[in-house]
Amino acid sequence: MTIRDAAVEAYREALPALVASLVGGLIAGVVLTGMRAELREVPGLLVLVPALLATRGNVYGSLGARIATALHQGLIEPSVTAGDRRLRAAAAAALGNGLLASAFAAVAAFLVLTALGSSVAPVGVLVGIAVLAGLLSGLVLVAVVITVVFAGYRRGRNPDTLVGPIVTTTGDVFGVLFLLVAVRTVLAVVEVL
Amino acid sequence: MATEWTVRDITRAMLPVLLALTLVELGSGLVLGSFESQLYRYPTLLALVPVTIGTAGNLGSILAARLSTAFHLGTLSFDPTDEELAGNAVATVALSVTIFPVVGVGAWLLTSLVGGTALSVWTVLTVSLASGVVLAVLAVAVTLAATYAAYRFELDPDDVVIPLVTNSCDVLGVVVLFASVQIFV
Repeated sequence: MTIRDAAVEAYREALPALVASLVGGLIAGVVLTGMRAELREVPGLLVLVPALLATRGNVYGSLGARIATALHQGLIEPSVTAGDRRLRAAAAAALGNGLLASAFAAVAAFLVLTALGSSVAPVGVLVGIAVLAGLLSGLVLVAVVITVVFAGYRRGRNPDTLVGPIVTTTGDVFGVLFLLVAVRTVLAVVEVL
Repeated sequence: MATEWTVRDITRAMLPVLLALTLVELGSGLVLGSFESQLYRYPTLLALVPVTIGTAGNLGSILAARLSTAFHLGTLSFDPTDEELAGNAVATVALSVTIFPVVGVGAWLLTSLVGGTALSVWTVLTVSLASGVVLAVLAVAVTLAATYAAYRFELDPDDVVIPLVTNSCDVLGVVVLFASVQIFV
Protein backbone atom coordinates (compact mmCIF):
# COMPACT_ATOMS: atom_id res chain seq x y z
CA MET A 1 0.00 0.00 0.00
CA THR A 2 1.38 3.42 -0.93
CA ILE A 3 0.88 6.62 1.05
CA ARG A 4 -1.50 7.74 -1.67
CA ASP A 5 -3.66 4.60 -1.37
CA ALA A 6 -3.79 4.93 2.41
CA ALA A 7 -4.72 8.61 2.13
CA VAL A 8 -7.45 8.01 -0.46
CA GLU A 9 -8.99 5.23 1.62
CA ALA A 10 -8.94 7.31 4.82
CA TYR A 11 -10.41 10.31 2.98
CA ARG A 12 -13.28 8.32 1.45
CA GLU A 13 -14.21 6.67 4.72
CA ALA A 14 -14.21 9.87 6.75
CA LEU A 15 -15.92 12.32 4.38
CA PRO A 16 -19.60 11.23 4.82
CA ALA A 17 -19.41 11.41 8.63
CA LEU A 18 -17.75 14.83 8.49
CA VAL A 19 -20.39 16.17 6.09
CA ALA A 20 -23.20 14.88 8.33
CA SER A 21 -21.79 16.57 11.41
CA LEU A 22 -21.05 19.70 9.35
CA VAL A 23 -24.78 20.08 8.70
CA GLY A 24 -25.56 19.62 12.40
CA GLY A 25 -22.86 22.09 13.41
CA LEU A 26 -24.12 24.75 11.01
CA ILE A 27 -27.70 24.42 12.29
CA ALA A 28 -26.40 24.67 15.87
CA GLY A 29 -24.43 27.79 14.89
CA VAL A 30 -27.48 29.51 13.44
CA VAL A 31 -29.53 28.75 16.56
CA LEU A 32 -26.65 30.15 18.62
CA THR A 33 -26.69 33.43 16.66
CA GLY A 34 -30.44 33.64 17.37
CA MET A 35 -29.55 33.45 21.08
CA ARG A 36 -27.45 36.61 21.23
CA ALA A 37 -30.00 38.49 23.36
CA GLU A 38 -30.09 35.66 25.92
CA LEU A 39 -26.30 35.26 25.88
CA ARG A 40 -25.96 38.98 26.69
CA GLU A 41 -28.61 38.77 29.39
CA VAL A 42 -26.83 35.86 31.14
CA PRO A 43 -23.14 36.79 31.34
CA GLY A 44 -20.98 33.68 31.58
CA LEU A 45 -23.32 31.53 29.52
CA LEU A 46 -21.14 31.80 26.39
CA VAL A 47 -18.19 30.54 28.43
CA LEU A 48 -20.28 27.47 29.31
CA VAL A 49 -21.28 26.63 25.73
CA PRO A 50 -18.21 24.52 24.71
CA ALA A 51 -18.27 22.57 27.98
CA LEU A 52 -21.99 21.81 27.68
CA LEU A 53 -21.72 20.73 24.04
CA ALA A 54 -18.64 18.59 24.74
CA THR A 55 -20.36 16.89 27.68
CA ARG A 56 -23.06 15.63 25.30
CA GLY A 57 -20.38 14.18 23.01
CA ASN A 58 -18.35 12.65 25.84
CA VAL A 59 -21.25 11.11 27.76
CA TYR A 60 -23.50 9.90 24.97
CA GLY A 61 -20.60 8.97 22.69
CA SER A 62 -19.39 6.70 25.47
CA LEU A 63 -22.92 5.30 25.97
CA GLY A 64 -23.11 4.54 22.24
CA ALA A 65 -19.67 2.91 22.22
CA ARG A 66 -20.61 0.83 25.28
CA ILE A 67 -23.84 -0.40 23.67
CA ALA A 68 -22.05 -1.10 20.37
CA THR A 69 -19.40 -3.19 22.11
CA ALA A 70 -22.02 -5.08 24.13
CA LEU A 71 -23.94 -5.89 20.93
CA HIS A 72 -20.76 -7.23 19.32
CA GLN A 73 -20.14 -9.40 22.38
CA GLY A 74 -23.77 -10.58 22.54
CA LEU A 75 -24.20 -9.13 26.05
CA ILE A 76 -27.41 -7.34 25.11
CA GLU A 77 -30.14 -7.90 22.54
CA PRO A 78 -30.83 -5.16 19.98
CA SER A 79 -34.34 -4.59 21.30
CA VAL A 80 -35.65 -1.97 23.72
CA THR A 81 -38.80 -3.94 24.57
CA ALA A 82 -36.64 -6.59 26.21
CA GLY A 83 -36.34 -3.96 28.98
CA ASP A 84 -32.80 -5.03 29.68
CA ARG A 85 -31.64 -4.12 33.19
CA ARG A 86 -28.10 -3.39 32.01
CA LEU A 87 -29.30 -1.13 29.24
CA ARG A 88 -31.40 0.86 31.72
CA ALA A 89 -28.43 1.16 34.08
CA ALA A 90 -26.16 2.40 31.28
CA ALA A 91 -28.74 4.97 30.17
CA ALA A 92 -29.36 6.14 33.74
CA ALA A 93 -25.62 6.41 34.39
CA ALA A 94 -25.12 8.46 31.23
CA LEU A 95 -27.95 10.82 32.12
CA GLY A 96 -26.78 11.18 35.73
CA ASN A 97 -23.15 11.78 34.80
CA GLY A 98 -24.18 14.24 32.10
CA LEU A 99 -26.21 16.25 34.64
CA LEU A 100 -23.38 16.19 37.20
CA ALA A 101 -20.86 17.38 34.61
CA SER A 102 -23.22 20.14 33.43
CA ALA A 103 -23.79 21.42 36.98
CA PHE A 104 -20.05 21.16 37.68
CA ALA A 105 -19.28 23.19 34.53
CA ALA A 106 -21.72 25.90 35.62
CA VAL A 107 -20.27 26.18 39.13
CA ALA A 108 -16.67 26.12 37.83
CA ALA A 109 -17.44 28.79 35.22
CA PHE A 110 -19.04 30.95 37.90
CA LEU A 111 -16.02 30.59 40.21
CA VAL A 112 -13.44 31.24 37.48
CA LEU A 113 -15.27 34.30 36.12
CA THR A 114 -15.77 35.68 39.64
CA ALA A 115 -12.07 35.18 40.37
CA LEU A 116 -11.18 36.97 37.12
CA GLY A 117 -13.47 39.85 38.11
CA SER A 118 -15.65 39.38 35.00
CA SER A 119 -19.38 40.00 35.15
CA VAL A 120 -21.27 36.77 35.65
CA ALA A 121 -24.89 35.77 36.25
CA PRO A 122 -25.88 34.34 39.68
CA VAL A 123 -24.63 30.78 40.15
CA GLY A 124 -28.20 29.48 40.61
CA VAL A 125 -29.21 30.81 37.19
CA LEU A 126 -26.21 29.21 35.45
CA VAL A 127 -26.69 25.86 37.21
CA GLY A 128 -30.42 25.93 36.48
CA ILE A 129 -29.82 26.54 32.77
CA ALA A 130 -27.04 23.92 32.52
CA VAL A 131 -29.02 21.20 34.32
CA LEU A 132 -32.31 21.84 32.49
CA ALA A 133 -30.54 21.89 29.11
CA GLY A 134 -28.59 18.76 30.09
CA LEU A 135 -31.76 16.91 31.12
CA LEU A 136 -33.73 17.76 27.97
CA SER A 137 -30.92 17.05 25.51
CA GLY A 138 -29.90 13.95 27.50
CA LEU A 139 -33.36 12.39 27.24
CA VAL A 140 -33.40 12.98 23.48
CA LEU A 141 -29.83 11.71 23.02
CA VAL A 142 -30.40 8.50 25.01
CA ALA A 143 -33.40 7.73 22.78
CA VAL A 144 -31.55 8.65 19.57
CA VAL A 145 -28.37 6.73 20.42
CA ILE A 146 -30.19 3.53 21.45
CA THR A 147 -32.60 3.64 18.50
CA VAL A 148 -29.94 4.30 15.88
CA VAL A 149 -27.39 1.81 17.21
CA PHE A 150 -30.03 -0.95 17.45
CA ALA A 151 -31.55 -0.17 14.04
CA GLY A 152 -28.09 0.01 12.44
CA TYR A 153 -27.01 -3.25 14.06
CA ARG A 154 -30.15 -5.08 12.92
CA ARG A 155 -29.48 -3.92 9.36
CA GLY A 156 -25.96 -5.28 9.49
CA ARG A 157 -24.13 -1.95 9.86
CA ASN A 158 -21.18 -1.68 12.21
CA PRO A 159 -22.56 0.33 15.17
CA ASP A 160 -19.05 1.60 15.97
CA THR A 161 -18.93 3.77 12.87
CA LEU A 162 -22.48 5.06 13.41
CA VAL A 163 -22.09 6.31 16.97
CA GLY A 164 -19.55 9.10 16.51
CA PRO A 165 -21.19 11.11 13.72
CA ILE A 166 -24.70 10.62 15.14
CA VAL A 167 -23.78 11.80 18.61
CA THR A 168 -21.87 14.84 17.34
CA THR A 169 -24.63 15.86 14.95
CA THR A 170 -27.65 15.38 17.18
CA GLY A 171 -25.64 16.51 20.22
CA ASP A 172 -24.79 19.86 18.61
CA VAL A 173 -28.29 20.53 17.29
CA PHE A 174 -30.26 19.45 20.37
CA GLY A 175 -27.57 20.78 22.71
CA VAL A 176 -27.96 24.35 21.42
CA LEU A 177 -31.72 24.08 20.85
CA PHE A 178 -32.42 22.92 24.41
CA LEU A 179 -29.93 25.47 25.72
CA LEU A 180 -32.18 28.13 24.17
CA VAL A 181 -35.29 26.51 25.72
CA ALA A 182 -33.53 26.27 29.10
CA VAL A 183 -32.35 29.92 29.10
CA ARG A 184 -35.82 31.21 28.26
CA THR A 185 -37.44 28.96 30.89
CA VAL A 186 -35.00 29.88 33.65
CA LEU A 187 -35.19 33.61 32.82
CA ALA A 188 -39.01 33.42 32.91
CA VAL A 189 -38.91 31.65 36.28
CA VAL A 190 -36.43 34.20 37.67
CA GLU A 191 -38.74 37.00 36.54
CA VAL A 192 -41.73 35.46 38.36
CA LEU A 193 -39.68 35.05 41.55
CA MET B 1 -12.30 -2.60 29.62
CA ALA B 2 -14.78 -4.76 31.52
CA THR B 3 -16.85 -2.40 33.63
CA GLU B 4 -19.92 -3.96 35.24
CA TRP B 5 -23.08 -2.39 33.92
CA THR B 6 -24.30 -0.75 37.08
CA VAL B 7 -24.84 2.98 37.57
CA ARG B 8 -22.19 3.00 40.29
CA ASP B 9 -19.46 1.20 38.29
CA ILE B 10 -20.06 3.17 35.11
CA THR B 11 -19.97 6.40 37.11
CA ARG B 12 -16.76 5.39 38.84
CA ALA B 13 -15.11 4.70 35.46
CA MET B 14 -16.49 7.78 33.73
CA LEU B 15 -16.99 10.68 36.12
CA PRO B 16 -13.37 11.64 36.99
CA VAL B 17 -12.38 11.82 33.32
CA LEU B 18 -15.59 13.63 32.47
CA LEU B 19 -15.02 16.33 35.11
CA ALA B 20 -11.40 16.80 34.01
CA LEU B 21 -12.50 17.17 30.39
CA THR B 22 -15.17 19.67 31.49
CA LEU B 23 -12.43 21.84 33.00
CA VAL B 24 -10.46 21.61 29.74
CA GLU B 25 -13.55 22.72 27.81
CA LEU B 26 -14.04 25.60 30.22
CA GLY B 27 -10.66 26.85 29.00
CA SER B 28 -12.05 26.98 25.50
CA GLY B 29 -15.12 28.81 26.86
CA LEU B 30 -12.88 31.43 28.45
CA VAL B 31 -11.14 32.05 25.11
CA LEU B 32 -14.59 32.41 23.56
CA GLY B 33 -15.56 34.88 26.30
CA SER B 34 -12.48 36.98 25.52
CA PHE B 35 -13.80 37.89 22.05
CA GLU B 36 -17.46 37.93 23.01
CA SER B 37 -18.09 41.46 21.68
CA GLN B 38 -16.71 40.56 18.23
CA LEU B 39 -18.88 37.44 18.16
CA TYR B 40 -22.01 39.48 18.96
CA ARG B 41 -21.14 42.20 16.44
CA TYR B 42 -20.50 39.65 13.65
CA PRO B 43 -23.08 36.85 14.12
CA THR B 44 -21.50 34.83 11.28
CA LEU B 45 -18.44 34.33 13.48
CA LEU B 46 -20.67 33.08 16.31
CA ALA B 47 -22.30 30.67 13.84
CA LEU B 48 -18.81 29.34 12.99
CA VAL B 49 -18.10 28.34 16.61
CA PRO B 50 -19.97 25.00 17.02
CA VAL B 51 -19.18 23.79 13.50
CA THR B 52 -15.47 24.69 13.72
CA ILE B 53 -14.90 23.00 17.06
CA GLY B 54 -17.10 20.07 16.04
CA THR B 55 -15.24 19.51 12.77
CA ALA B 56 -11.83 19.89 14.42
CA GLY B 57 -12.84 17.35 17.09
CA ASN B 58 -14.17 14.98 14.43
CA LEU B 59 -11.00 15.19 12.32
CA GLY B 60 -8.99 14.31 15.41
CA SER B 61 -11.28 11.53 16.61
CA ILE B 62 -11.55 9.87 13.19
CA LEU B 63 -7.76 9.91 12.84
CA ALA B 64 -7.37 8.61 16.39
CA ALA B 65 -9.88 5.80 15.79
CA ARG B 66 -8.13 4.76 12.57
CA LEU B 67 -4.66 4.82 14.11
CA SER B 68 -5.97 2.97 17.15
CA THR B 69 -7.43 0.20 14.96
CA ALA B 70 -4.20 -0.04 12.95
CA PHE B 71 -2.33 -0.19 16.24
CA HIS B 72 -4.52 -3.07 17.53
CA LEU B 73 -4.10 -4.91 14.23
CA GLY B 74 -0.35 -4.43 14.50
CA THR B 75 -0.07 -2.68 11.12
CA LEU B 76 1.09 0.65 12.54
CA SER B 77 4.65 1.68 13.22
CA PHE B 78 5.73 5.06 14.53
CA ASP B 79 7.93 5.97 11.63
CA PRO B 80 7.37 9.00 9.36
CA THR B 81 7.78 6.75 6.32
CA ASP B 82 5.02 4.39 7.51
CA GLU B 83 2.38 4.46 4.73
CA GLU B 84 -0.58 4.06 7.09
CA LEU B 85 0.62 6.90 9.29
CA ALA B 86 1.61 9.30 6.51
CA GLY B 87 -1.48 8.48 4.42
CA ASN B 88 -3.83 9.19 7.33
CA ALA B 89 -2.05 12.45 8.11
CA VAL B 90 -2.30 13.57 4.46
CA ALA B 91 -5.99 12.57 4.37
CA THR B 92 -6.71 14.66 7.49
CA VAL B 93 -5.29 17.79 5.88
CA ALA B 94 -7.08 17.03 2.58
CA LEU B 95 -10.37 16.57 4.48
CA SER B 96 -9.97 19.92 6.19
CA VAL B 97 -9.25 21.66 2.87
CA THR B 98 -12.48 20.07 1.53
CA ILE B 99 -14.73 20.72 4.52
CA PHE B 100 -13.73 24.14 5.86
CA PRO B 101 -14.59 26.19 2.74
CA VAL B 102 -18.07 24.61 2.97
CA VAL B 103 -18.14 25.51 6.67
CA GLY B 104 -17.36 29.17 5.92
CA VAL B 105 -19.72 29.63 2.97
CA GLY B 106 -22.46 27.61 4.75
CA ALA B 107 -22.24 29.73 7.90
CA TRP B 108 -22.31 32.93 5.82
CA LEU B 109 -25.31 31.76 3.74
CA LEU B 110 -27.34 30.61 6.74
CA THR B 111 -26.71 33.76 8.77
CA SER B 112 -27.56 35.96 5.77
CA LEU B 113 -30.85 34.02 5.43
CA VAL B 114 -31.83 34.79 9.01
CA GLY B 115 -30.65 38.37 8.48
CA GLY B 116 -27.43 39.89 9.71
CA THR B 117 -24.12 39.39 7.97
CA ALA B 118 -21.77 42.30 8.52
CA LEU B 119 -18.84 40.44 6.92
CA SER B 120 -18.24 39.59 3.27
CA VAL B 121 -18.37 35.96 2.22
CA TRP B 122 -14.64 36.16 1.35
CA THR B 123 -13.67 37.24 4.85
CA VAL B 124 -15.67 34.38 6.37
CA LEU B 125 -14.23 31.92 3.85
CA THR B 126 -10.69 33.07 4.64
CA VAL B 127 -11.22 32.83 8.41
CA SER B 128 -12.72 29.38 8.08
CA LEU B 129 -10.20 27.90 5.62
CA ALA B 130 -7.18 29.31 7.46
CA SER B 131 -8.52 27.95 10.78
CA GLY B 132 -9.24 24.60 9.16
CA VAL B 133 -5.78 24.03 7.71
CA VAL B 134 -4.02 25.04 10.93
CA LEU B 135 -6.42 22.85 12.92
CA ALA B 136 -5.82 19.83 10.70
CA VAL B 137 -2.06 20.08 11.25
CA LEU B 138 -2.58 20.50 15.01
CA ALA B 139 -5.07 17.60 15.10
CA VAL B 140 -2.49 15.33 13.43
CA ALA B 141 0.21 16.42 15.89
CA VAL B 142 -1.99 15.95 18.98
CA THR B 143 -3.33 12.59 17.79
CA LEU B 144 0.12 11.22 16.98
CA ALA B 145 1.51 12.41 20.31
CA ALA B 146 -1.44 10.93 22.26
CA THR B 147 -1.41 7.63 20.36
CA TYR B 148 2.35 7.33 20.82
CA ALA B 149 2.05 8.11 24.55
CA ALA B 150 -0.70 5.47 24.93
CA TYR B 151 1.55 2.99 23.13
CA ARG B 152 4.55 3.80 25.32
CA PHE B 153 2.55 3.60 28.57
CA GLU B 154 0.76 0.45 27.35
CA LEU B 155 -2.70 1.97 27.61
CA ASP B 156 -5.54 1.02 25.29
CA PRO B 157 -5.67 3.92 22.80
CA ASP B 158 -9.47 3.44 22.49
CA ASP B 159 -10.02 4.43 26.11
CA VAL B 160 -7.59 7.30 26.36
CA VAL B 161 -6.74 8.81 23.02
CA ILE B 162 -10.16 9.54 21.54
CA PRO B 163 -11.61 11.60 24.43
CA LEU B 164 -8.28 13.38 24.89
CA VAL B 165 -7.97 14.22 21.19
CA THR B 166 -11.61 15.25 20.74
CA ASN B 167 -11.53 17.62 23.70
CA SER B 168 -8.15 19.14 23.00
CA CYS B 169 -9.22 19.70 19.38
CA ASP B 170 -12.31 21.51 20.75
CA VAL B 171 -10.07 23.86 22.72
CA LEU B 172 -7.62 24.31 19.84
CA GLY B 173 -10.63 24.98 17.56
CA VAL B 174 -11.65 28.01 19.60
CA VAL B 175 -8.06 29.24 20.04
CA VAL B 176 -7.29 28.98 16.31
CA LEU B 177 -10.64 30.57 15.39
CA PHE B 178 -9.83 33.43 17.77
CA ALA B 179 -6.37 33.94 16.20
CA SER B 180 -7.79 33.75 12.71
CA VAL B 181 -10.49 36.35 13.54
CA GLN B 182 -7.85 38.72 14.96
CA ILE B 183 -5.80 38.42 11.75
CA PHE B 184 -8.49 38.53 9.06
CA VAL B 185 -11.43 40.52 10.51
